[in-house]
Amino acid sequence: MTFFKETSTQNPVDTVFKTITIVGAGIVLAIMAALFIQLVMSATLSIKTFGFKFLITNVWDPIRQEFGAAGSIYGTLLSTFIAMLLAVPLSILIALFLVELSNPVFSKWISVGIELLAAVPSIIYGMWGLFVFAPFMAGYIQPFLKSSFGNSGLFDGPPIGIGMLTAGIILAFMILPFITAVVRDVFSMVPSVVKESAYGMGSTTWEVTQKVTIRYGIQGIIGAAFLGLGRAIGETMAVTFVIGNAHRISASLFAPANSITATLANEFTEASEPLYLSVLIELGLVLFAITFIIQVISQLWLRKVKKSMGAQ
Amino acid sequence: MKTQSILKTLLLAFILTFTITACSSEESASKSVTINGAGATFPYPIYGQWAHKYEKLTRIKLNYQSIGSGGGIAQIKARTVDFGASDAPMKAEELEKFGLMQFPMVIGGVVPVVNLEGIETGKLKLTAQNLTDIYLGKITKWNDAAIKSTNPDLNLPNLDITSVHRADGSGTTWIFTNYLAKISPEWKEKVGFGKAPAWPKTNAVAGKGNEGVAVFVKKINGGIGYVEYAYALQNKMNYVLLQNRAGNFVAPTIESFQAAAANADWENAPGYYLVLTNQPGQQSWPITGASFILMYKKQTDVQIARQALSFFDWSYKHGQDLAVKLHYVPMPESLVKMVENSWKNEIKAGGSAVWE
Repeated sequence: MTFFKETSTQNPVDTVFKTITIVGAGIVLAIMAALFIQLVMSATLSIKTFGFKFLITNVWDPIRQEFGAAGSIYGTLLSTFIAMLLAVPLSILIALFLVELSNPVFSKWISVGIELLAAVPSIIYGMWGLFVFAPFMAGYIQPFLKSSFGNSGLFDGPPIGIGMLTAGIILAFMILPFITAVVRDVFSMVPSVVKESAYGMGSTTWEVTQKVTIRYGIQGIIGAAFLGLGRAIGETMAVTFVIGNAHRISASLFAPANSITATLANEFTEASEPLYLSVLIELGLVLFAITFIIQVISQLWLRKVKKSMGAQ
Repeated sequence: MKTQSILKTLLLAFILTFTITACSSEESASKSVTINGAGATFPYPIYGQWAHKYEKLTRIKLNYQSIGSGGGIAQIKARTVDFGASDAPMKAEELEKFGLMQFPMVIGGVVPVVNLEGIETGKLKLTAQNLTDIYLGKITKWNDAAIKSTNPDLNLPNLDITSVHRADGSGTTWIFTNYLAKISPEWKEKVGFGKAPAWPKTNAVAGKGNEGVAVFVKKINGGIGYVEYAYALQNKMNYVLLQNRAGNFVAPTIESFQAAAANADWENAPGYYLVLTNQPGQQSWPITGASFILMYKKQTDVQIARQALSFFDWSYKHGQDLAVKLHYVPMPESLVKMVENSWKNEIKAGGSAVWE
């Protein structure tokens, strides 16, 4: 059995280099395992006390030492869902524009802009969200939504600019550049021969986009979406600033909510009781599990897509 | 080979960095005494200022990490620091259990602030009941009859009230909810008091830290929140007048905080477990609180313990101007005497008193 793909060349530096890479890869696995074990150990007290109920009840009372994480889990999932709902279609549109429609000079400038956006630290998004975007939401977007879809129940409560919807939109802003950058690369790798033959058959731009470019790049698009999802689900600072930090589940998207990461960021410093601390660590474990499950799902989905494409 | 030379350079760089760091850390360790403390964030600015000035005078360094009251208690229990600091006092039984003593170091107050267009700073009056009902969600509009009746001369808007509280566990919340629980049996039963209570499910948002609450109140039209006195002043926020136990509406000032501290019955509070909320006195601000220092009664290192106490003594006696400048309230003299007496009687190293 060997870890190496090829038998090594004569140069000893190569052997050393390969060993280093293997050690590096091994360390990643070891850290992951250690992290998991540590989380489980530290969360044992909480797991024993609340059991499965922890995941489905929504109480958060550090004084009476009663905890249920449903509110935070719900907040994490819903804010991420809103972000994906907005960011994925938009990213695909932007990428299509950049690759297919815009002139090369212009699209180069936009690409640079997108990459710059991707490099902005999340706390900046959070501060911008709180100081600029939240008042904008409160002044314009929320009153508009309220007057247009007032009866749906989704937009109840006073328009204060802070809450689930704002958090979801800020998250969308944050993951947009990541998804766009990857999808753009995917689209630009579609061989021009394929596209040109479609055009040659008399297809319109829309038909080529729909039936060739997106079809060809679907694996990459899914991969990019999951990349964004992974980032959105674990985002902490930006969400903490604008989600409103209230432990509750509310049908209204205007209502303040909470996410797992925001709860952790807010409450870790003052959690002095052992049970409280253990509860927060179990929340971390839950997040760990959610991301793991998402990874597995994305891999399975990719495999399925690959198979169906191979069959065609 | 190119790779080898790169590796060599890297190795050299590594070695160099390590030696430099090693040298510098050795140097600073051997220089002078450092007192280590950790805890509450609320008194951090004043502890920092005191430490800075004290170091200039005595060359004794005080290293204070503002990691939060909970962290401070955890660190002193783990004996990783020489003193801990907490905004909420520990109960006498708990102090006894861990062999700790606590004493108040500096006084501060919590101030309700509002964002109401057309109403000037310090004009809105609230009774204790008003404040509780707002946070319980029983009063939801600013022009509610209950608020109107205490403010007949104000033109209160027909606006939703959004209450703002702290998202992080905090000593400020502890003091605030302690006050609400003292004046309202309903609050005591439904919510209780603590650093992070389960807030009533009303129209409320939560911000991280005093600055988070301050920002939310400023951004939300019709918002009400509670912040440390210093934050209210520095951010020029619209504070309210509160009705105290004597029935007077008072403004948050250094004098009204000091009145609350001076009128409190410290003599009969074992382990200085005393919360300065809802204290008697014509001028007392009802939501006053003290920030506490925690130290072990049995000290192992006489020198460190003595230096720490000297620092606190100096701060009590010479740090008042600095405190007032930063909007903290210095302790009344009578209370300082009591505290220093307790040092004499309670803090020992090898059986003999550390402080004389």
